[in-house]
Amino acid sequence: MALLETKNLGISFGGLRAVNAFDISVEKGQLYGLIGPNGAGKTTIFNLLTGVYQPDEGAILLDGVNLTGKKTIDICKAGIARTFQNIRLFGDMTVLDNVKVGLHNHYTYSTLEGILRLPRYHKVEKEMNEKAMELLKVFGLEEYADYKAENLPYGQQRKLEIARAMATAPKLLLLDEPAAGMNPNETKELMDMIGFVRDHFDMTILLIEHDMKLVSGICEKLTVLNFGEVLAQGDTQEVLNNPEVITAYLGE
Amino acid sequence: MKKIMINKTTKNDMITYAMVILAYIVVQLLIATGHVSSLIQGLLVPFCTYVIVAIALNLTVGILGELSLGHAGFMCVGAFSSAVFSLAFKDAIPGGLRFLLAILIGAAAAALIGFLVGIPVLRLRGDYLAIVTLAFGEIIKNIINALYLGVDGNGIHFTMKDALSLDMEEDGLMLIKGAQGVTGTPNDSNFTIGVVLILITLFIVLNFIHSRTGRAVMSIRDNRIAAESVGINVTKYKLIAFTISASLAGVAGVLYAHNLSTLNALPKNFGYNMSILILVFVVLGGIGNIRGSIIAAVLLTLLPEVLRALSDYRMLIYAIVLIAMMIFNWSPNAIFFRKRLKQRITAGRKPGKEE
Repeated sequence: MALLETKNLGISFGGLRAVNAFDISVEKGQLYGLIGPNGAGKTTIFNLLTGVYQPDEGAILLDGVNLTGKKTIDICKAGIARTFQNIRLFGDMTVLDNVKVGLHNHYTYSTLEGILRLPRYHKVEKEMNEKAMELLKVFGLEEYADYKAENLPYGQQRKLEIARAMATAPKLLLLDEPAAGMNPNETKELMDMIGFVRDHFDMTILLIEHDMKLVSGICEKLTVLNFGEVLAQGDTQEVLNNPEVITAYLGE
Repeated sequence: MKKIMINKTTKNDMITYAMVILAYIVVQLLIATGHVSSLIQGLLVPFCTYVIVAIALNLTVGILGELSLGHAGFMCVGAFSSAVFSLAFKDAIPGGLRFLLAILIGAAAAALIGFLVGIPVLRLRGDYLAIVTLAFGEIIKNIINALYLGVDGNGIHFTMKDALSLDMEEDGLMLIKGAQGVTGTPNDSNFTIGVVLILITLFIVLNFIHSRTGRAVMSIRDNRIAAESVGINVTKYKLIAFTISASLAGVAGVLYAHNLSTLNALPKNFGYNMSILILVFVVLGGIGNIRGSIIAAVLLTLLPEVLRALSDYRMLIYAIVLIAMMIFNWSPNAIFFRKRLKQRITAGRKPGKEE
């Protein structure tokens, strides 16, 4: 059974049909790419998957559980984590705290225990710090732990966003244009890291990307979106050689 | 690395506590040696009140990131609920215990009102939220101004009309007399209790900020959409922070009420001018900077008194000082200048750590 499955997903904004009859099936452990021209509805699909928008019709299934109509928080708890096209970090908080916010629902103590610093506070905070540092180490950010997130270089901010998403212990990771604004070197490094995340955490990843080098380099399957509709779907090389895809998106 | 970071925040908090305790000792020494005029001595409890309410508001403005102009209203709730309690049980409960209970009652009442106001208000954002909290603050003040409350052999009487319609027995006790307020509250507040309450407020707020709940609240402030995406319940944590903030403002109200023999809900003490004055403390001290709030509250309360000799000019000078401090604190050039100065001082000792 596929980890993520959508059936006939659709949403309109006023008269605009943003996404229409969208079907996708992502297997566990897959690295799946979602590509298409600007305005094709890629980010809208991410917003549908994470409950930012509610679909007008269709269903979303994660591991067989129906997530249609659920709120963002519940979808996060069900196991979908994401990053954003324009980086959204908690800028005024430290790098470590950003990750610790990601751990919020997995390491708990009450507000009162926190204010009175009861034993449970110390115990859980210690565990949180260890877990967060472990994650930062994976992403090579441990030396920045006490930096303010907004003071990180751009590339590291992208990494931190992924680290924070991974802290929520997801089953599926959605990456919205992770290579946006990166130079070729940084993109190469990012590619390696995405592959590493998949192997290290045994993660399923769905990503939106415009950088064809990255897409053809790491994605196993692709879905091409155009004007809210699926234009082509299948193995990466097959899709990229599809004449329709070349005319609509890649260019001759 | 981890160790260093934890120590840094703890050290910062310790400095804040130490600063308050040191200030207390210095003031006590000055009083003992007769260097403090009776005018200033009379202001010591209001100082503590302002400091507490400034810390409370900083929790809303700096940590939650929402502008509230209604904190004088929460102070008002804390003041009146506790004053009524203390008056009603003036002879029944001994002083110390009574004041402790009064503090808890004031905090609980303000927390309840803060929670109820928070439910609709926290759906709004930015300027809209500020204006609606302002309106709620005024409503609270005006309701209390029109309230008559008394107790006699037949139980509790209350009305919004006038004293006569309370229909009380001869031996009944009037608790709130409409616009005349509460008279005869025992004077339980003093400077020492005020400082202890400041320390407790600090303890609650600083520990809150460095806890799991505090991080959740700050994540909402920094990026609401991202916070939701990592599973933070935005409504819940906003309400928690706002309620705690209101409750602490209520404690400030308790301290204020028990320093006066007559308590009225005037525009001056519980109106929006007061709310704005508190906001000035917070903004001037640095939004999100708890220690700054304390310093700003003390300086700006002290300033008009120190300048009293200049009579007519004092409010003018007060305003000029306010503008100058604001520019020094917040203008980009001034911030840059301070940063460079700091770098020059710390250069060599800690290379490359600041940005």
